[in-house]
Amino acid sequence: MKTTTKRKRGISNISLLIAVALLVVIYVAGANIYDRFGRISTILNLFNDNAYLIVVAVGMTFVLLTGGIDISVASTLAFTGVFSAFLLEKGWSAGVVIPLVLAIGTFVGYLQGYVIHTFQIAPFLVTLAGQFLMRGMCAVISTVSIPINNGFFKAAALGKISWKMASGGMAKLYYYVFVALAVVLIAWYVLRYTRFGRSVYAVGSNEQSAQYMGLNVKQVKIGVYAINGFCAALGGILFSLYTLAGYSLQNMGLELDAISSAVIGGTLLTGGVGTVIGSMVGVLIQGIIQTVVTYQNLNTWWTKVTIAAILCFFILIQRVIALRAEKRKAS
Amino acid sequence: MKKFKNRMEFRPLLSLVAILLICGILSGGSFFKLQIVDGHLYGRLIDILRNGSKYMVLAIGMTMVLATGGTDISVGSVMAISGALACSIVDGRILPGLGGNVLAAVLIALAAGALCGAWNGFLVAKLKVQPIVATMILMTAGRGIAQLIADGKIVTITSDSYYYISGGYILGLPVPMYIAAIMLVLALVMTRKTAFGLAVEAIGINSNSARLAGIQVERNTWLIYIFCGLCAAIAGLIESAGIKGADCNNCGLMIEMDGILAVAIGGTSLSGGRFSLISSIIGALVVQTITTMILAFGVAPEIIRVFKALIVIVICLAQSPAFVAKVRGAFGKKKAVAGR
Repeated sequence: MKTTTKRKRGISNISLLIAVALLVVIYVAGANIYDRFGRISTILNLFNDNAYLIVVAVGMTFVLLTGGIDISVASTLAFTGVFSAFLLEKGWSAGVVIPLVLAIGTFVGYLQGYVIHTFQIAPFLVTLAGQFLMRGMCAVISTVSIPINNGFFKAAALGKISWKMASGGMAKLYYYVFVALAVVLIAWYVLRYTRFGRSVYAVGSNEQSAQYMGLNVKQVKIGVYAINGFCAALGGILFSLYTLAGYSLQNMGLELDAISSAVIGGTLLTGGVGTVIGSMVGVLIQGIIQTVVTYQNLNTWWTKVTIAAILCFFILIQRVIALRAEKRKAS
Repeated sequence: MKKFKNRMEFRPLLSLVAILLICGILSGGSFFKLQIVDGHLYGRLIDILRNGSKYMVLAIGMTMVLATGGTDISVGSVMAISGALACSIVDGRILPGLGGNVLAAVLIALAAGALCGAWNGFLVAKLKVQPIVATMILMTAGRGIAQLIADGKIVTITSDSYYYISGGYILGLPVPMYIAAIMLVLALVMTRKTAFGLAVEAIGINSNSARLAGIQVERNTWLIYIFCGLCAAIAGLIESAGIKGADCNNCGLMIEMDGILAVAIGGTSLSGGRFSLISSIIGALVVQTITTMILAFGVAPEIIRVFKALIVIVICLAQSPAFVAKVRGAFGKKKAVAGR
């Protein structure tokens, strides 16, 4: 048992190591090829542009670790954006709107987790229903983009630390990036050092033995979906800070970006293996590919093709390591 | 009668009839009205059959994949690829040597779909990657590849013989219907008249024991994904012929969810095993009828998703033994008999 876990951890570590190496290689190569690529602002912008995706990917990691899947996050994110824009337009204060949408996101996640666990229905189907429902609710509220003119949102969206760099030009880091980083740190701490976090790994490795060990499987399984819902809603707020608008069709297919980030970062979709740091690295890799594509002045669809190729590469690595481990076990 | 009640087709058929009846009553009968104009049948029912045909074709391929316990979430992207390929050839953008030959374009698009399926099959059957992850690769890359083929543009074409795929009529009925029917017959023959159907079910129930029982799991799984890719390519042709062009960004966007939904309504378990192609066809018709109904009654089309969500929830709950047991517990014995 112990060796299995260790071997599985090994997959995660090697995968994460390769991911970090890849990120560094792309950055260094880019810095050598392109004129302004090497500047610190390139890295900072990776965080500025992908803060919301980092938060969503962190939430997704929790679900994937238990062996589940959640394809409703993009819709929850869009709903959060549209609903908060709608309420702000009606004159609600940001202090009410933000807790409210976060609560809705968490509740939707909780509800999905409850149905999945209690009625033993495939997570894919339940969250598919959630996806349709939330996307539909967006359209019920508004089918056109609603701009956000709220003072607090504007201040939060534009507030940043910026400084002049020695090489000229400005480097800036928006305040909302710190929210994303805080989420990563908290999630990392929770997964590594708390009873709940350890249980998440245990349930993902083997639900039945976790049950026999006396762990609260129900709490864990519902909890991860609630956390994911919360993260999706928080990601929605960050995204509406990024665009300062709410639109019902935004971020179609974002859930797959989040899942592929987690996979690139070493999370196994069978559960039990993975880290939130890895997922963040996965997001950054996707971000830096986007940057390279922009610098190379290529069409944006090259981003998708490249990301798919990298995703394929990481899946193959994981398979090869797993197969080798199986062979060793057999001999 | 009792025998029919126990068949897989019973429940989906019941929901289809119920939805049609509701439509009929709400519209005061005009929903069922059929007219003959220029020798073609017109009416809402024909609309449902015509617009639903691409869902039907997709559902046939998807049923087989789901029956093996897999998933294919790349069908939307494969649709985009096949549409882009066919339209670009007809338009003469690529392979101008063919001179815009429609038949060649269709065949090449179908071959491309089969190739996409083969790639998925390679990952799933050979490398044993989880189906949802394996097909996610093509889902992400596919749209990019389609853009690459169409050079990032929306390819519009003018070719009456290509339009025929979606807009034509044979004996007063729309062509896509015949395409769906042919695919259904093909799939039925494949699964009912050969051992292939048995193999599909066996793999879905337990692929290890299927292998030990002497079934060629790898080869059959591969074949199923190729077939699913082929179905997706056909759906892509119907769609692109319908809009008279290829829009790589929107062709078949999120349609994999509808395909899976149709199969789920049909009652095929998503964890593999027992399947029924006819049930899935009925499921596809249910999905299309709801869409047509909402459009016909002038409800905002965006709200379709809310309805679909409710339907998925109801079906999920009805399929869950835990939920059924709970309801029975709450309502006592009477409900237990009625719920049978």
